[in-house]
Amino acid sequence: MTQDSPSAEKLSADFPTIDRADEEQLLPQLVSHLREHRTRLRQAWAGRIDGAHLLQAMTPQEMAAETTSVYDNYVEVLETGSVEALQHYARDLSERIIPRGVETHEVVGIVLLLRDVLARSLFEKYQGDFGLLNRVLDAYEPAANRIANTVAVSFVEERERVIRQQQDAIRELSTPVLPVRERLLILPIIGVLDSERARQLTEQLLIAIRTHRAQVVVVDITGAPDVDEAVANHLVRTVDASRLMGASVIITGVSPEIAQTLVTIGVDLNKMNTIGDLQGGLEAAERMLGYTVTRSEEKGG
Amino acid sequence: MDAGPALFSILRQGDYLIASIHTALDDSQMLRLQRDLIDQVGRHRARGVIIDVAPLDVIDSFATSTLRNLAEMARLRGARTVIVGIQPDVAFAMVELGMNTASIETALDLEEGLHHLNRARSPDSSRPPSAGFFG
Repeated sequence: MTQDSPSAEKLSADFPTIDRADEEQLLPQLVSHLREHRTRLRQAWAGRIDGAHLLQAMTPQEMAAETTSVYDNYVEVLETGSVEALQHYARDLSERIIPRGVETHEVVGIVLLLRDVLARSLFEKYQGDFGLLNRVLDAYEPAANRIANTVAVSFVEERERVIRQQQDAIRELSTPVLPVRERLLILPIIGVLDSERARQLTEQLLIAIRTHRAQVVVVDITGAPDVDEAVANHLVRTVDASRLMGASVIITGVSPEIAQTLVTIGVDLNKMNTIGDLQGGLEAAERMLGYTVTRSEEKGG
Repeated sequence: MDAGPALFSILRQGDYLIASIHTALDDSQMLRLQRDLIDQVGRHRARGVIIDVAPLDVIDSFATSTLRNLAEMARLRGARTVIVGIQPDVAFAMVELGMNTASIETALDLEEGLHHLNRARSPDSSRPPSAGFFG
């Protein structure tokens, strides 16, 4: 059925005295076998993926396109032994599928399935000659394992890159210091405060106090879900440091849970000027700065 | 102890004394600043003292306690003390190190410090309701 068959038989006949050059013939043989049965094997693989309920986030069309390219890349790596192109492709693929919620086990799963499907077809082809089959597998397995490894590593690396990027984005976005009036800043704290973020936040606040010549700062912690002892102490220190810069701090939006935490852990609250909500805090700050806000009669009615 | 030129200057502005620090001060210079200032508070009958520490990139515990003592001594001699120009990272380092800064009055810079003293002296005009701004 293939041109290779006679030579394969010859190889198996020479098994005890096989040399390196013959061994190297096995891989091209294998590759041409996989190319020849590409459609059938790819469909078998897609069937297995479907059976294992992997990659359910993708449409059948996408699956067909991706499995074809993964298959071709796979065979190419077997042929050339170079994983660079595959690495590139795997990273691209990961970039496309990570936002759709594809998990690491799915990606590793499909690559392992492909490895199994191809191995089965090799069993089938060489089942008559156990010695040859062994040598074919010797050539196939290291390459296949390297491929599985490469894909998994590329996927995880891509995922970590995305996570890092998002962390940076959150960090950038989450600590805006906003001037609301002359000499009045608000600092809304949104999200979990870890000590690194708390430190960064203080630094930004102190610099903003100087830039805007602020006299009053309203720190709103409505958006902070929880506060532990380290962060609570950090808040106290932020209040102290701001005072050294000549600005008073008003803390607003202390939730019942946080209030309880602060009292329970015994943070020194004497220095903390707290007011219920942001609105009250802004009003108090305006009073401290001598602003009076009145509602005009015509529009107010 | 007083060897060399002073690394600070004390200027008189109305009822106030303004101490401007030129560069990092060692402990003996810090004490000299304290002594000279307290001396001049009496001589000029000053009602307020402003110490501008903007050039200092470190304020250690000795400097902090000297400034605290200075403020207390000046108060006993009838003058109110404001420290101005503490840099953001210096401020943070001071509280990180747990220095006792509670009794120290502070303002952003010299201008704010002057406003602070003016407000403290004339409580009636301290919060002009119409202007809303201290000018």
